[in-house]
Amino acid sequence: MVSGLINENPIVYEIKERRDVRAYSSNTDELSVDAIDQLEVFDILFVRLSNSKALCRTKIGIVLVILNICSAHHIRDIKDPEHPYSLEQLKVLTEDSVEVDDTKSHVRVTFTPTVEHCSMATIIGLCVRVKLMRSLPSRYKIDIRVAPGTHATEAAVNKQLNDKERVAAALENPNLVEMVDECLSPSFE
Amino acid sequence: MAALNNLTEHLEAFVDVTRSPTHHAESLKAIATSLEKGVLSINQLVVEMDMYLTTTDDVVRARGILLLAEMLDYLKSKPLDNAVVHSLIGFFTAKLAEWRSVRGALSGCLALIKRKGVAGLVTAVDAEAVAKSMAQSIQVQSLALYDRKLCFELLECLLEQYPEAMINLGDLMVYATCEAIDGEKDPPCLMVAFHVVELLGRLFPSPSGPVASEASDLFEFISCYFPLHYTHTKGDEASIPREDLSRGLSLAISSTPFFEPYAIPLLLEKLSSSLPVAKVDSLKCLKDCAVNYGVSRMKKHYKDLWPALKDALYASTKTDLSFGLESLTSPGFEMGEIHRAAVNLLQRLVKQDISFLGLVVEDIRVNMVFDTISRYLRYEEMLDTSKLEVLVVSQILSVSARSSVESCNIIFQTFFFRLMNTLGIVEKTSTGDLVHNENSTVSTRLYHGGLHLCIELLTTSKDLIPSSEECTSTPESAQQSWCSIVSRFSASLIEAFTSAVQSSNDDCSADAYLGVKGLLAMGMFRGGSSPVSRSEFEKILTTLTSIIAANSAKTVKWELALKALVCMGSFIDRYSESEKAMSYMAIVVENLVSLVRSSHCSLPSPMILEATSEVCSTRPTYVEKMVEGFEEAFCSSFSDFCVNGNFKSIENCSQLLECVTNKLLPRLTEIDGLEKSLVHFAISMWNQIESSVVFSYDFNGREFVEAATKTMGEIVGVASVDSQNSIIQKAYNVISSSTLLAMESIPLTFAALEGLQRDLSTRDELILSLFASVIIGASPKASIPDVKSLVHLFLVSFLKGYIPAAQALGSMVNKLGTGLEEACDTIFHESSASGSSIPSDDSSKTIGGSEALLSKICLGFYGSLDLQTHAITGLAWIGKGLLMRGDKRVNEIALVLVECLKSTNSSGNALHPSAMKHAADAFLTLMSDSEVCLNRKFHAVIRPLYKQRFFSITVPILESLIVNSQTPLSRTMLHVALAHVVSNVPVTVILDNTKKLLSVILEGLSVLSVDSVHKETLFSLLLVLSGTLTDIKGQQSVSDNAHRIIECLVKLTSYPHLMVVRETAIQCLATLLELPHGRIYPFRREVLQAVTKALDDPKRRVREEAIKCRQAWTSISSRSTPF
Repeated sequence: MVSGLINENPIVYEIKERRDVRAYSSNTDELSVDAIDQLEVFDILFVRLSNSKALCRTKIGIVLVILNICSAHHIRDIKDPEHPYSLEQLKVLTEDSVEVDDTKSHVRVTFTPTVEHCSMATIIGLCVRVKLMRSLPSRYKIDIRVAPGTHATEAAVNKQLNDKERVAAALENPNLVEMVDECLSPSFE
Repeated sequence: MAALNNLTEHLEAFVDVTRSPTHHAESLKAIATSLEKGVLSINQLVVEMDMYLTTTDDVVRARGILLLAEMLDYLKSKPLDNAVVHSLIGFFTAKLAEWRSVRGALSGCLALIKRKGVAGLVTAVDAEAVAKSMAQSIQVQSLALYDRKLCFELLECLLEQYPEAMINLGDLMVYATCEAIDGEKDPPCLMVAFHVVELLGRLFPSPSGPVASEASDLFEFISCYFPLHYTHTKGDEASIPREDLSRGLSLAISSTPFFEPYAIPLLLEKLSSSLPVAKVDSLKCLKDCAVNYGVSRMKKHYKDLWPALKDALYASTKTDLSFGLESLTSPGFEMGEIHRAAVNLLQRLVKQDISFLGLVVEDIRVNMVFDTISRYLRYEEMLDTSKLEVLVVSQILSVSARSSVESCNIIFQTFFFRLMNTLGIVEKTSTGDLVHNENSTVSTRLYHGGLHLCIELLTTSKDLIPSSEECTSTPESAQQSWCSIVSRFSASLIEAFTSAVQSSNDDCSADAYLGVKGLLAMGMFRGGSSPVSRSEFEKILTTLTSIIAANSAKTVKWELALKALVCMGSFIDRYSESEKAMSYMAIVVENLVSLVRSSHCSLPSPMILEATSEVCSTRPTYVEKMVEGFEEAFCSSFSDFCVNGNFKSIENCSQLLECVTNKLLPRLTEIDGLEKSLVHFAISMWNQIESSVVFSYDFNGREFVEAATKTMGEIVGVASVDSQNSIIQKAYNVISSSTLLAMESIPLTFAALEGLQRDLSTRDELILSLFASVIIGASPKASIPDVKSLVHLFLVSFLKGYIPAAQALGSMVNKLGTGLEEACDTIFHESSASGSSIPSDDSSKTIGGSEALLSKICLGFYGSLDLQTHAITGLAWIGKGLLMRGDKRVNEIALVLVECLKSTNSSGNALHPSAMKHAADAFLTLMSDSEVCLNRKFHAVIRPLYKQRFFSITVPILESLIVNSQTPLSRTMLHVALAHVVSNVPVTVILDNTKKLLSVILEGLSVLSVDSVHKETLFSLLLVLSGTLTDIKGQQSVSDNAHRIIECLVKLTSYPHLMVVRETAIQCLATLLELPHGRIYPFRREVLQAVTKALDDPKRRVREEAIKCRQAWTSISSRSTPF
């Protein structure tokens, strides 16, 4: 069993300035349609808009998964993450890594693990997938993949994440579901 | 005796360490009260406690001593015998040596030493003994946090209360302090410790004293904390904030000049660090040191200090200078904390020692700036380093100049000539001519950098002009040589700034900005000794005014000039400069007002109006002038329109009125005398309308009529009762001389009314609306002449469809005192007088025997549909007036309105749908707060709880009618009416009646969701529902009706006509999760289905809510449905 951190000293990036162009301009017009876009999907993943307190916790929740969990046994013990950085700061997920096509009902999320051999890649991917499945209309097809060339077993991870049977099977596993829920649930209060 | 028995009990309780802390506190309190009341004396207590104080059991003894100490703390303000105090302090002093009971001993000493101003003080000898014992026997750093804090507090107290005794001890105190501080890490202790050092520094000022000899050690102990940095920030909120502690440290470091050889090098070193906190702290601390160490000691360090300070300024300045409107009166760039601290330090240093300025003046970088300036013409062209150079140097020079008159003189003598030379600005000779030297062909060069520097200098120097009483005491000529320098250049400077403004074009605001700012700086010198002469001042004003008058579009230049004028106007007012005020009046105000007056000018009128109102509101006399100008402009434009049919003039009129309403009226309280001028304005409006008898041109003047009525109403609203009376009188005269009064003669009979058409002339309509607004704005105390005929007039006109007339009538019945009965008679019973023309029908006299024409029209007995709807709307306004004053007659009106909602009313007539809709909307009129009339602004009589009263009258009736309603239309309309009533009543009323109302609200929601016409009503009703969901009062009935609520909300999540309805419905669903789990669990499938559908809503906000709601509902059944 590995007991240290997978990536003890991650590079921390500055968070990109938010573009605040949205401002709900279409409120008065009942007929206009706000298409689901990149930013919205990104916000779903980070619940920026709702509540900042919840937000930090989500981020930390997900970070727990990436950085500190080396096996499922550890998850409950971790109270004080050693690296309290968000996925965004670590550039695991960026706004540009989300591609959305509302008319074709397709979304693709590309994430970048912090180190090549990150064993958390599948868990991160699973969390992202579950989050999107819960938050996007059912007409969407969701593609999750690891950024090309950033992971040792890239093909295997991609295959695993996009195989609906395997995803369904993973979510039958109570331990996994619990872990995923723990990552996602605190954003809602 | 009983007291003593209890005492033993309490003592036992306190001494027993196994009991809970609350128990301890209780017994402590009990003993303290008996001591305070005098039931028990301190002597008795000590005697009783003998055993606890002397026992060999360490724990019990420690508790006993602590108890005694706590008691003394309670008795801080109770007089005690000197002998008792003496023996107690002796006891505690002895116990200091015993580590087991040290806490009690410390608190005891502290409690006794703290005694102030009451009988029983500790003597100096005893205090000395305490200090000695403490210094010798206590190892502060080996104690717990709380005990350490007590130690420091004891030291602090000793130094503060017994300075002489402590001086005797000398070295001992200093040693003790050094030893105590060494290694301390807790902020609360350090806070006290720093103060102790500060006290020591003050106590031993002599160069042969103990602090002087131990300075290096003592400094070493405190300097290691600099700069303060908290490593553990979390969970320590209650403790001392970093800023306070850092201030304490700074005071400790600067407390004695003996620290100087150690402190200044340390601070300079920390200043060079890259940590912002360290920089700020060192700069602040250096300033404290400069104040306390004195000039002679600081002088040694000037050579090191100046470069460090300069570097800090360079590092903390950003290069983006703003040329925007908002920075006209501010430095124009951002000031960080470091920057501010550095500026403060520089100012302090220059102020206390002028020789420091020598370093500044001789600095190469400062002198280099003139080369930099002359290298670039425009600010944008400069390299970042050059920008920085210019900004920092101008900051340094202006701060130094601001420090004192002397420094200002030096700066101006050294730099101003060079600056002027660089800019090519020439001097004025004594004869007033400009000096033309041989290179006069070189005209003024407007380098932006130079202009900026020049403006900074001028702006700061203006604060140095003493106010008139000060300047008599000092010989002016010697003091203010800078003034004479400026005045030698003032004419050329103004010329230069003017040319900068004039040469600017739209795409570059920098020229205009610098020019205007420069002019502003020149115009703000105050007092008689100002370097700018009156004629020059007037020139500035002329330039700025001409900019405003010449521009035909709202450019940056225009806005800058306006702001500058406003600044100068308020500056003149603030310092009450009468001479300048006269110039200002003559040049700025008169010019602008004449622009307003003249109908033919290039400037669009909204801009003139804005400029005039902004400028004139700086001083009451200007306002008077302006309102006069407005009056004249209004009259001339209006008559121009009437006679020549110039539509542009009527447009001008509306703009003018809007300006009065939006710009002037809101500032009524700030400007004295405005009310009077406005009332005059209103009366001359009436005069003008009266005199223009014929409108030779018909116009579609909605805008003008609206603006005029709004202005008129607001003016009447703010005017005093007397002025209101005069306006009303004037208005009445106009009305009675018009053709309108002819309407009075129209009998209130069906036949006559039916014959009416919308045939008022434009002028009559204007007069009617204006008069209505006067009546709406009048206060209850104002007297209204000839109530009866006015009521008649309004009655007829609202039946013809003039809603303002109905509102005026509502206001009248709301505010009339004695005339009310008469007015109501006219409204309700008029028909009886002329009843002959109506086929009299006894069966229709149902409503309180006062069945009038009006209610018959409402019910559609006679007349066209138009007449009917007008009557219903009018009735609603009348009803509102009555309702608000609490008059019973509103009940009759409510009944008539309810009658209109029935599918077939009492006489079997079917009502037209449109009439029913108007009747339903009448309830909104009755219940909602109106902006236009019947509100506080217009002096309405408002009885408290009137909404509640109406609610309790109408809701039962509406509810029973809903149950019995036959047609869907009538049902919908009844629901609309009920929704209006329910959603406008305060939410507490709803909460008291949730049980009754819930089912009818739910039914209403489903009925109203059918037609998109009712979407707004639906939304307000939904908000009422959402209010009941969360409240504890409604919880039970909500829980009982959960199935119906959920069913209804689920339907609303897909309501297509209004996004907020969907959003609120989803939020409500999320709120429902607070209900007992068993109650809502059965509905989860239904809810999840609906919310999942909402995930694909066209609106983003709905989707966001849906995500949250879905997650929340999923979580109650999480394990079974992973997604």
